[in-house]
Amino acid sequence: MKFSEQWLREWVSPALTTQELADQVTMAGLEVDGIEPVAAAFHGVVVAEVVELAPHPDADKLSVCQVDDGVERLQVVCGAPNVASGQKIAFARVGAVLPSEDGKGFTIKQAKLRGVESRGMVCSASELGLDSETSAGILVLPAAAPVGDDLRDYLLLDDSTIEVDLTPNRGDCLSVQGMAREVGVLNRLPLQAPELEAVPAEHDETFTVRIEDGDGCPRYLGRVIKDVDVTAETPLWMAERLRRGGVRTIDPVVDITNYVMLELGQPLHAFDRDNLSDAIEVRRARQGESLVLLDGQSVELSQDTLLIADSSGPLAIAGVMGGEHSGVSTDTRDIFLEAAHFSPLAVAGQARNYGLHTDASHRFERGVDPELVRQAAERATALLRDITGGRPGPLTEVSATASGSAPHEAVVLRRSRLDQALDKVLADDEVSEILERLGMAVVEVEQGWRAGIPSWRFDIAIEEDLIEEVARIHGYNRLPARHPRAHLGPRPDNEARRPLAALRNRMVSRGYFEAVTYSFVAPELQQTLLPGAESPELANPISSDLSVMRASLFPGLIRALEHNLNRQQSRVRLFETGLVFRGRLDELEQIPMLGALVCGSREPEGWSSGNQDVDFFDLKGDLESLIALGDDAAAWSFEAATHPSLHPGQSARVLRQGQEVGWIGKLHPAVRAQLGLKTETLLFEVQIEALSQGHVPAFKPLSRYPEVRRDLAFLVDAGQPVQALLDILHAQAGEWLVDAHLFDVYQGKGVPEGRKSIALGLTWQHPSRTLNDDEINQLVDSIVEASRSNLGAELRG
Amino acid sequence: MDHLPKLVAEARDAIQAADTMTALEELRVHYLGKKGEITALLKGLGQLPADERPAAGERINQAKQALAAELDERKQTLEKAALEARLSAEQVDVTLPGRGQPGGGLHPVTRTLERIEGLFTHVGYDVAVGPEIEDDYHNFEALNIPAHHPARGMADTFYFDASRLLRTHTSPVQVRTMKSGEPPIRIVCPGRVYRSDSDLTHTPMFHQVEGLLVDEDVRFSDLKGTIQDFLHAFFEREDLAVRFRPSYFPFTEPSAEVDIECVMCDGNGCRVCSQSGWLEVMGCGMVHPEVFRHSGIDSERYTGFAFGMGAERLAMLRYGVNDLRLFFDNDLRFLQQFA
Repeated sequence: MKFSEQWLREWVSPALTTQELADQVTMAGLEVDGIEPVAAAFHGVVVAEVVELAPHPDADKLSVCQVDDGVERLQVVCGAPNVASGQKIAFARVGAVLPSEDGKGFTIKQAKLRGVESRGMVCSASELGLDSETSAGILVLPAAAPVGDDLRDYLLLDDSTIEVDLTPNRGDCLSVQGMAREVGVLNRLPLQAPELEAVPAEHDETFTVRIEDGDGCPRYLGRVIKDVDVTAETPLWMAERLRRGGVRTIDPVVDITNYVMLELGQPLHAFDRDNLSDAIEVRRARQGESLVLLDGQSVELSQDTLLIADSSGPLAIAGVMGGEHSGVSTDTRDIFLEAAHFSPLAVAGQARNYGLHTDASHRFERGVDPELVRQAAERATALLRDITGGRPGPLTEVSATASGSAPHEAVVLRRSRLDQALDKVLADDEVSEILERLGMAVVEVEQGWRAGIPSWRFDIAIEEDLIEEVARIHGYNRLPARHPRAHLGPRPDNEARRPLAALRNRMVSRGYFEAVTYSFVAPELQQTLLPGAESPELANPISSDLSVMRASLFPGLIRALEHNLNRQQSRVRLFETGLVFRGRLDELEQIPMLGALVCGSREPEGWSSGNQDVDFFDLKGDLESLIALGDDAAAWSFEAATHPSLHPGQSARVLRQGQEVGWIGKLHPAVRAQLGLKTETLLFEVQIEALSQGHVPAFKPLSRYPEVRRDLAFLVDAGQPVQALLDILHAQAGEWLVDAHLFDVYQGKGVPEGRKSIALGLTWQHPSRTLNDDEINQLVDSIVEASRSNLGAELRG
Repeated sequence: MDHLPKLVAEARDAIQAADTMTALEELRVHYLGKKGEITALLKGLGQLPADERPAAGERINQAKQALAAELDERKQTLEKAALEARLSAEQVDVTLPGRGQPGGGLHPVTRTLERIEGLFTHVGYDVAVGPEIEDDYHNFEALNIPAHHPARGMADTFYFDASRLLRTHTSPVQVRTMKSGEPPIRIVCPGRVYRSDSDLTHTPMFHQVEGLLVDEDVRFSDLKGTIQDFLHAFFEREDLAVRFRPSYFPFTEPSAEVDIECVMCDGNGCRVCSQSGWLEVMGCGMVHPEVFRHSGIDSERYTGFAFGMGAERLAMLRYGVNDLRLFFDNDLRFLQQFA
């Protein structure tokens, strides 16, 4: 809502500066978004008349004007194409200061232009800061403008435009009247409303209106106004108020309806009477109906749309926009003026369904005071009569009983509830007074107050609404502050469970930076990385690049990698946590995942580290480090498996207790080529739920007896996963094995072609006695035997 | 016997001249060993007349002890020198950087979310999370935003179909928590939210933290105290001016926007606060009875407050970040600044 401060002050003018006024309404919940002076700072500009005009002797595009500024006749050179003899113009006298870009002002001096003396300047609207766009020609003032008057006084330029960002509940403030009402409440001042008298009919022609949908339109007032001069000029004061309200001037009829809407808050519509047939019906659309709107677009009407129609079909979408055919044009002579009340529910959502948002729909959706229709109709009629010479007929009213179209009648506010909510006891008088100032009819009742709700307050329906109003007018910042009281008992806490923060911190300590990427990704990228992956697609994405929900963290991490590689970063270590979305909407899973990506050297380039690039085992080590935060490593396994975007020889399915919980591997060279990535890249992603599983430590007594260690080296097939050997070892090594680790994997000289050597260090320790060699030898023998028979492993040397 | 002083003097010289442990050991053996010269003198005592023996014995023993002490002292000197030589050889340039994987860092949004969560969990709030693909009911209906309500226009929603959407705020988590639990409820809900808006100051995804407290006799004053303390703690400024401005959210009533004194210019007016001296940082209010009704909570018995804030906005103010879009570029040069 944007309006002229001067206009508001005609209704109510508290002794406050513009800024104080803005602060006051802001703190009452009507947030002022901006205050703009309506014109830039200038002085010395007056209304003048071009008395004579002659071409410049030496320049085709210049004219030499004789200008009467009310004091004397002056010769002025002007370059505007639209200057003409007899015009009233804005004239900057010698010594006038006009706005300049640097803010210092620009002084008009006597000058010679191509040899011709020029004493002053004829101004354009943009030169005066009245229009932000560069004007094509000079500003031409109405013929009635009094020569010699200061332009600032004549155009009332010592004014500001105030823009208020209204919340959707305050539709009642979408007019100068509504804002004035609020300012009046805040300053305890009465309103000076313009005089609204019923306009007498000058003829008796009427037009029939029938309401078929009384819920949607409980009230419809109409009037035929004949002999309207659509070519009449909209008065400057009205055009200026419209401009300051952010409304374009179109023709006097439309301008008047817009003016009344800005003034009172009631949207109006004018039909061309000659284009209406039989009678107006207010009804819902029928199947297959369409309408060409005022803006030229044709819309197919859906059946829940409330229409203004006649016997030939739809004329307008009620409360949203009129049709092109029935609208006022330059040929219009007689009009039919509509002032109707449409209920919020009938208009709500309609504009959006057709991709429209109009001043009328904005107001009706929020609720327009049903009592306004008559005032607005009379006000517009009087203006039409005075400005366009139209001859009004009788005002006709059709009404229907409707439910839910008007504000609630009365709401009770309990004293006990108010005191508790505000934590402050306001005097009875103060509460009553606040409610009364807001236009409520207040009756004191046993429990508190019964407030009759004014017809313009659609937002007040329950006790809390009244509490809010009292708090708002009293002032939120005058209410006390305290601290919630709570039971301070320790609460259950699952020690085994590792919090997400612990996982993140582990990644950070392993040298990763956390990325946050969009949850929607480019479908092509997702298909490249996860061919066939199914995830929900947005119906209204912001761009096709961000149109499908990620089924994996890989696409986002890859995009982040690209961003950094394009900025000369060669070593990238990123991780992200967040949901991935898998499956169709009906069987959707939203799974929290932790994903990581690495590329480049293992450690930053330095004086002591080698320049080796990261490999599979670096990344696996990082994942194992996450697992080691608390879970039993034995619950996890890595199984060689192929993944469409990972290197088939360097990828693994990650399992916890035999269930797939993630993937790890090197990006497939073909995928990498397709993405244009030059660097080897490794990735993993694992379900956070799996990583969150831990256990509470359970102490085992420390043995006082000596450990026995044996080192065993096996020869196995080169393709044999080590895990199989480890599984056999754990199965055969008996219950006193306390450690088993791999200390060498070797292929090459001394090892037969196609075989590899695996060296294991095994340690046994008994809790309560010393182990003897025979026992250990037996265990070793059974390991060797099982390895031989199951894996063809031979003990080396 | 008469050559004892000479022998001692020679031995002393030799000990002082010895510059290795081996040489020193050889001298010990040469003079004090079983076949050493001093040992031989002691052995020769028996050949002296009985009356001379005690005096001679004492002299020899004194000489022996003196030499032993001399050897010891020299040994220590040599050991000390050897240690010093070793230490000197082992000297490193302590100004060289350390070895290993340098640490990474959390994203500034996570850092901010964790900080906010921490301030509330420390006083007894739980962290609650929920799905990001939500249904119309939890995102709108249950929060008192029925279909066609003008407030739906406050957030441009991403839809999948007629009823499923990306949550526009973390408030659905409130509803889910209230439906599944009993008061007292104290939660903070951090998470990603989505709005179809993209320009200099809007990204289609951002993060919110929402808080909810429901109990008997929760008042507007509880909300004010909580918010004021939170903002003072978050910005670590006890004197930070905080004001509550009436506003409208369909799910709270009374509702307020919360402004703080601009932290960039200390309230004097600057570009960041559009010269107003105030910055809008969060929204809040008392839980609307309609929301309680949808969640199955008796609004006559219980009252509550809710608040919500944008994590990026708070991170920008706290760390001085001037471009929202930087949060989602994941540029390492940006991320490294928050490590």
